[in-house]
Amino acid sequence: MKAHLTRRYVFSASHRLHCDVLSEAENRAVYGKCNNPHGHGHNYFLEVTVSGQVDSATGMVCNLAELDGAVQQQVLSRFDHVNLNLSSEFAARVPTTENLSVAIFDILKQTFRAAHLERVSLEETGKNSFECCGN
Amino acid sequence: MIYLTRKCEFSASHYYHNPEFSEEENRRIFGKCANLNGHGHNYTLEVTVKGEIDPATGFVVDLAELKEILNREVLDALDHRHLNKEVPEFARQIPTTENLAIVIWKRLEQHLNIARLHRVRVYELPDLFVDFYGEP
Repeated sequence: MKAHLTRRYVFSASHRLHCDVLSEAENRAVYGKCNNPHGHGHNYFLEVTVSGQVDSATGMVCNLAELDGAVQQQVLSRFDHVNLNLSSEFAARVPTTENLSVAIFDILKQTFRAAHLERVSLEETGKNSFECCGN
Repeated sequence: MIYLTRKCEFSASHYYHNPEFSEEENRRIFGKCANLNGHGHNYTLEVTVKGEIDPATGFVVDLAELKEILNREVLDALDHRHLNKEVPEFARQIPTTENLAIVIWKRLEQHLNIARLHRVRVYELPDLFVDFYGEP
């Protein structure tokens, strides 16, 4: 039987939404207060969904400790309490939560192989969230 | 197609232990969940059914009927129980949240003839849940 397992994590980071190819006025028009020069921050709630056959011996899709370890090592240690604009992942793209969810999906896809990565969902605030399913 | 989700809670105890594993393996694979004295959770269950809207009632499903089936087939069997010792399905399989979602699906599927089951979601903790869609 195939089941989907979702684990929820939290990390805090700052960012500024600013696109170098746009003028100051255009940046202000597109990003609003997210374009304020000194940036701002969020508590991001991350949900990672993996899927697979439930192992008949363990009753598990994958070992939760392994998933936690991978997310801690590959995602939380990279993005928690940092300025996302200074992170190498955002050297050439704007650290919107859309791009952050894609970056996290790509990182986990490459590094976590104990189960199939189905979905990454990222809540920037209680009012907005973004999902990346890798396609 | 309309999807309707009903939410409820139950509390139960369990432990994770496979008698075919050594004690060391059980401890390594299941961590503190392997403690044979058990521990417990407040589980949140979300059952999603799907169907077309009945033009006469405007319902996808009669909620009272769904609630009655949920109470009888799931909550009466699981709430304030020891899953390993009191729920027959877990005599031979480990009551992980994955298996719990599958067991609940099977219990409901047998009795739910008023709508089609779409998803069973079981939260073990607010930061950990399992979805089962009846996939083999």
